[in-house]
Amino acid sequence: MRVRLHQVASARAGDKGDVSSIALFCDDAAVFEAARAQVPPERLTEAFPRLFRGPVRRYEIPHLHVLNYVIERGLEGGVNASLNLDAHGKSFSFLLLELEIDLPRHPETN
Amino acid sequence: MADPIQPPAAPGGRRVRIGCGAGFSNDRIDPARDLAERGGLDFLFFECLAERTLANAHALRAADPKAGYDPWLRKRMEAVLRPCREAGTRVVSNMGSANPAAAGEAVAEVARALGLQGLRVAVVEGDDVSALMTPDLELMDGEGRLAEVPLRMTGANAYLGHEPIARALAEGAEVVITGRCADPSLAVGPLAHAFGWAADDWARLGAGTLVGHLLECSTQVTGGYYADPGRKDVPGLAFLGFPFAEVAEDGSAVIGKLDGTGGMISRGTVLEQMLYEVHDPAAYLTPDVTADFSGAQLTEAGRDRVAISGGSGRARPETLKVTIGFDGGFLSEGEISYAGPNALARAKLAGEVIETRMREVHGHQGPIRADLIGLSALHGSARDPEAPPPYEPAEVRLRMALRTHDRDLAEALPREVEGAWLSGPAGGGGARGRVTPAVATRSALLPRELARPSIRMIVA
Repeated sequence: MRVRLHQVASARAGDKGDVSSIALFCDDAAVFEAARAQVPPERLTEAFPRLFRGPVRRYEIPHLHVLNYVIERGLEGGVNASLNLDAHGKSFSFLLLELEIDLPRHPETN
Repeated sequence: MADPIQPPAAPGGRRVRIGCGAGFSNDRIDPARDLAERGGLDFLFFECLAERTLANAHALRAADPKAGYDPWLRKRMEAVLRPCREAGTRVVSNMGSANPAAAGEAVAEVARALGLQGLRVAVVEGDDVSALMTPDLELMDGEGRLAEVPLRMTGANAYLGHEPIARALAEGAEVVITGRCADPSLAVGPLAHAFGWAADDWARLGAGTLVGHLLECSTQVTGGYYADPGRKDVPGLAFLGFPFAEVAEDGSAVIGKLDGTGGMISRGTVLEQMLYEVHDPAAYLTPDVTADFSGAQLTEAGRDRVAISGGSGRARPETLKVTIGFDGGFLSEGEISYAGPNALARAKLAGEVIETRMREVHGHQGPIRADLIGLSALHGSARDPEAPPPYEPAEVRLRMALRTHDRDLAEALPREVEGAWLSGPAGGGGARGRVTPAVATRSALLPRELARPSIRMIVA
């Protein structure tokens, strides 16, 4: 079934200079495996090319079901240069959470 | 008075209790007082120094040699010094900002006013490396050389590590005030002192760095920055407790908060904070260690208690990171709202009129941003500007923003937005505007031996 990441994961965003880092915390191993396969780093620049200029690196912590996306040139210049109301990109975690993935089963039956 | 040179405080398996009393300069003070009064802590640290905060503080110090430290320093010390002294809790903070010496004197003044004569306040200096900034200094992130930055430098600070803090505590300091140091070092310093960790004990320094990293944003580990109603509910957000850790000699720890405080500590809150502002979780660089969080184990250990182990590390970087602050001119913003039928079209028209006037009447040449708050502001840059709006809003707030070094130009934008009351589309209301002095920062790497931290003791 197709789900929004928001239904099966959470995320937290942080900033350093013009780099946005968004960690994705998957509810379980099945979500982690599906997100690992279906949300490669380039999916972020493909989904939001005007905001996330990239490149994007991704780090994994499999035993904790974490995918950590590190987005170069992801903050419109960073907190001291951006004209975005949210210059830290605190809200960008919810851009990641609006992406959809296919899960092999309904999450509630896992 | 304590013997000036104290032996390590935690031999023989005792756990050290360390709490966090602030995660940023404007953080809440009442939960810090609560921790000081009821925490039974060995150490209480306050992290209050963002990059921007420090750049602003340099400007304040330039205007007044007794200024340039955290504006909330006195209020925080008035809240916690007495309970900390009664409990034997020692305080560590980077609230010295751009002027640790003046901050140390201020702490001593507060102590005397509270009747805490004899309180030993250590000031750590040496992070200010402005004098070492040569024009040919290579900047990080491909920014070229320092001389190529067309801005006025306000100050440069190296991130110091845990060693001067540990040394100040060994010399008997009851309060340690620093300027710029790495945030987790505010916890690693006390832990290294208490357990006698060597400065090249990478595994323990890495584990201690994980503890400091989890605590340093205060409520971000006790349920703050976490709640998402219906999916991740957090009780008592208005009265979130600040966190503490009970740390063992090997650096493993239990993260907790005081009974009766709001919020929660769960595997989820701790895990989210473990990744906060981390890039490679196997290589988190600080002046103390290349910390490795990738093997961490998190186990719920009772109500609002999470045990954390497996933090580790490798040799520290050979260089220190330096943040160089510059005068960044002004951020200028203005907002006005439209409501009811055709609100979106009226807000868009107002934005077009204001941009035209800023360019043709006031001569602004840089970017101008027009946000439609509620529709396309925070995530506006992520969307296709040609796409139709996802819904017709009942109300919309137009926000205009620009950056400039020209004060007259900066002040023109809020005035033009306010002008839309009379001269803009029908029914514009609630105009507000502000001009904020801005800073710019660049980073560079400095050979470690060039920064020379020093410690000075002030006795109240």
